Amino acid sequence: MSATTETETALAKESKALQTSAIVSALASTPRPQRPGPLSTSLTFGWRALLKIKHVPEQLFDVTAFPIIMTLMFTVLFGGALAGSTQDYVQFFLPGIMVQSLIMITMYTGHTLRTDIEKGVFDRFRSLPIWRPSALVGMLLGDTVRFTIAAIVTAVVGLFLGWRPGGGFPGVALGVLLILVFAFSLGWIWTFLSLLLRSANSIMGVAMLIITPLTFGSNIFVDPSTMPGWLQAWVEVNPVSHLVTTVRDLMGGAPVGSSLPLTLLWSVGLVAVFGTLTMWKYRDPR
Amino acid sequence: MTELAIETHGLVKVFGKERAVDGVDLAIERGGIHGFLGPNGAGKTTCIRMLATLLRPDAGTATVLGHDIIRAADEVRSLVSLTGQFASVDGDLTGRENLRLIGRLFGYSGPQASHRADELLGAFGLEDAAERQVKKYSGGMRRRIDIAASIVVTPELLFLDEPTTGLDPRSRNEVWDIIRAMVSTGTTVMLTTQYLDEADQLADRISVIDRGKIIAEGTSSELKASVGSGSLHVRVMDRSDRAAAKAILERELGVDVVESVDPQALTAAVEASGPVTRALTALEGARIELAQFSLGQPTLDEVFLALTGHPAEDSDSDEEAAA
Repeated sequence: MSATTETETALAKESKALQTSAIVSALASTPRPQRPGPLSTSLTFGWRALLKIKHVPEQLFDVTAFPIIMTLMFTVLFGGALAGSTQDYVQFFLPGIMVQSLIMITMYTGHTLRTDIEKGVFDRFRSLPIWRPSALVGMLLGDTVRFTIAAIVTAVVGLFLGWRPGGGFPGVALGVLLILVFAFSLGWIWTFLSLLLRSANSIMGVAMLIITPLTFGSNIFVDPSTMPGWLQAWVEVNPVSHLVTTVRDLMGGAPVGSSLPLTLLWSVGLVAVFGTLTMWKYRDPR
Repeated sequence: MTELAIETHGLVKVFGKERAVDGVDLAIERGGIHGFLGPNGAGKTTCIRMLATLLRPDAGTATVLGHDIIRAADEVRSLVSLTGQFASVDGDLTGRENLRLIGRLFGYSGPQASHRADELLGAFGLEDAAERQVKKYSGGMRRRIDIAASIVVTPELLFLDEPTTGLDPRSRNEVWDIIRAMVSTGTTVMLTTQYLDEADQLADRISVIDRGKIIAEGTSSELKASVGSGSLHVRVMDRSDRAAAKAILERELGVDVVESVDPQALTAAVEASGPVTRALTALEGARIELAQFSLGQPTLDEVFLALTGHPAEDSDSDEEAAA
């Protein structure tokens, strides 16, 4: 009790007397600035996301620890059994596990957004005269920075395990870029869910239900030719498989096939469908 | 520019089975402070959120500063500001970063936004806390930064949703000073409150809302006059005497005497002071000791009781935020 009183007093000392005359002049002295464009406001919200990383660096834990654990675990655990040796498996597996890690991390976007909405700060953003999606676009752009860190961490772990990508640095960079594009598009599913569902925990639950078939039901871990027919059919249409194939080709230095346009088409489709649904729900999120 | 600050016709918002706002008609002029008074769950916040374009009404129409809140939501947003019941600033960011963020979103350049942030931090006495995360602010400081964030670009109309709920008396007085300063520059303020003295102190006109409906509107004096010219408050020394005292007062005054929430207190509306003197003498004759008595204008609390049939501070209804 006395401790709180002391902090209150300390805080009170720090907050100086109000300058009502200064408030009056501050109110009088504002020329209304030119209204900013969608790109500008989206980038401003991206800047907010970076500031939050600066102040709460713990949120980088998932993007560093998670990829390390996933990569080590699957390569060392399954490498020998699946491909004869860890060394061989990592060549095939690393682009896939990078996709898997990043897709898993995207669902934290929904979690963060729901927390923001509950705290009331989104009320302020929604009452501003700006391009409406910019708060969400900015948030997803800020997340891209976190995804990039996760990709770098995965790549470094892979290099330690003996991964030698044939595409060299440009190939790997292009592969990462494609994953980021897809992750940004996938993010709109989570923004929609976070406006639809009322608790951060339920969002994580539903997200896991969606992510598990997307990642495990793909060509990330093994070549699908040994799978039963119905599963092969799913792997064939799963957008994550197209993404993984493209990223493997880019990073391995192989020519890219039809999987690249298919991945991009899926990305555009996700934004079109879930971006629209998100913005429809954003008008009235409670 | 003669159009009203706020004009609504039959505004309705339904949450599930509950009609949170049930046909609200408002006509609020520009300038000054308009109070929106009601208990928790009366529909104040829901109403304000619709007017600030955060919620879409289920029925009815509303214009804010001449713009329709649905068809011209963007124009409305550029003219109004909202300080919500819960801090509408980012707790993870510092005070300065919060103000810079809003400044940038309004279109200020980086240096302009910084300049504006510093100007406001100075005016609100927060320059020493500028580099600290808002979540570490005290309640009063958080309110200040919240209001500062609402006036980064001077709004024509400012919605303040329960601006002093949860503040200590000193911080509350500071917020009142801020509100008065803002009104002196021509900003129209619409203020929701469940505190009767707050509406009494600040508001030029008051709309009383209960269960989603406006039940009275007028100046504080008009509302008080609607209940009677004055009222007698009596507190008996021993609460077991209250029933006896009530009977005596009703006999002498010839009006209904109301038992307050306070188990020792009684209240009655009176027209003249003559019967009051007789009533007090009669109490003394019956050997009922009084702790306190006073004769004065009715409080808004009594107004509320007279208008709704239940006291204003009876706040056991559902938290409005859940809506």
